[in-house]
Amino acid sequence: MKLELRFFASLREALGVSQEGLTIPDSIKTIADLRNYLTQRGNPWSEVLADGKVLRCALNQHMVDANAPLQDGAEVAFFPPVTGG
Amino acid sequence: MVLKWLSFRQLPGADVPIQIQENDFDVSAEIANLRKGDPRVGAVVTFLGTVRDMNDGSQVKGMTLEHYPGMTEKALQEILDQAKARWDIYQTLVIHRVGPLMPEDQIVLVAVTSAHRGEAFTACEFIMDYLKTAAPFWKKEDTPDGTRWVDARVTDEAAMARWVKK
Repeated sequence: MKLELRFFASLREALGVSQEGLTIPDSIKTIADLRNYLTQRGNPWSEVLADGKVLRCALNQHMVDANAPLQDGAEVAFFPPVTGG
Repeated sequence: MVLKWLSFRQLPGADVPIQIQENDFDVSAEIANLRKGDPRVGAVVTFLGTVRDMNDGSQVKGMTLEHYPGMTEKALQEILDQAKARWDIYQTLVIHRVGPLMPEDQIVLVAVTSAHRGEAFTACEFIMDYLKTAAPFWKKEDTPDGTRWVDARVTDEAAMARWVKK
């Protein structure tokens, strides 16, 4: 499955990446799976996306929770809780 | 020249209920435009957010607002649709600035029109509470100790939770 990843704000800075295309193995089925998969890249990924870190996720530009199933071609974004207004 | 003409043309905003922009905005022009030609309107409620020079005990010299182009507009549209479904209101407008901002600058404008004030007050507060927790904007402050990303407030989550139907 192919995904387009996006990172914003403090996550973007800590990871040094704002966007990347990624092909993931079939075993990765949900947002939570993907997050765990990315932490296996080691630092800074393991730290920034660690379980204890409060972050939000969007699937095709809609906020979703960790159980949301991934779809081929989806845009997946990780970011900190929002602070606009 | 072309750019100038375009930005001038977009100043009145009723046809564009969601505007994400670096430029400042004119509140009274936006209100006038929002209610223009709609004699049903008896109330216009607005919320204007501005940049404070203090946050979490530190002086704020300025800030930069980042957002998620595409998702921002979708999230705001969902919020406005929900407000229109729940309250008897007519027109809604959200203008949110991004990029560099200074203390006292205007950041966000929410405006709602309705026949009577009650519905407009409530809808405006709802839109703002939802925007604070669901619209993908992030503030990075410039303080005397360097730059820092603003942390989300628990009170914003609590404000949003009030609106969840039980």
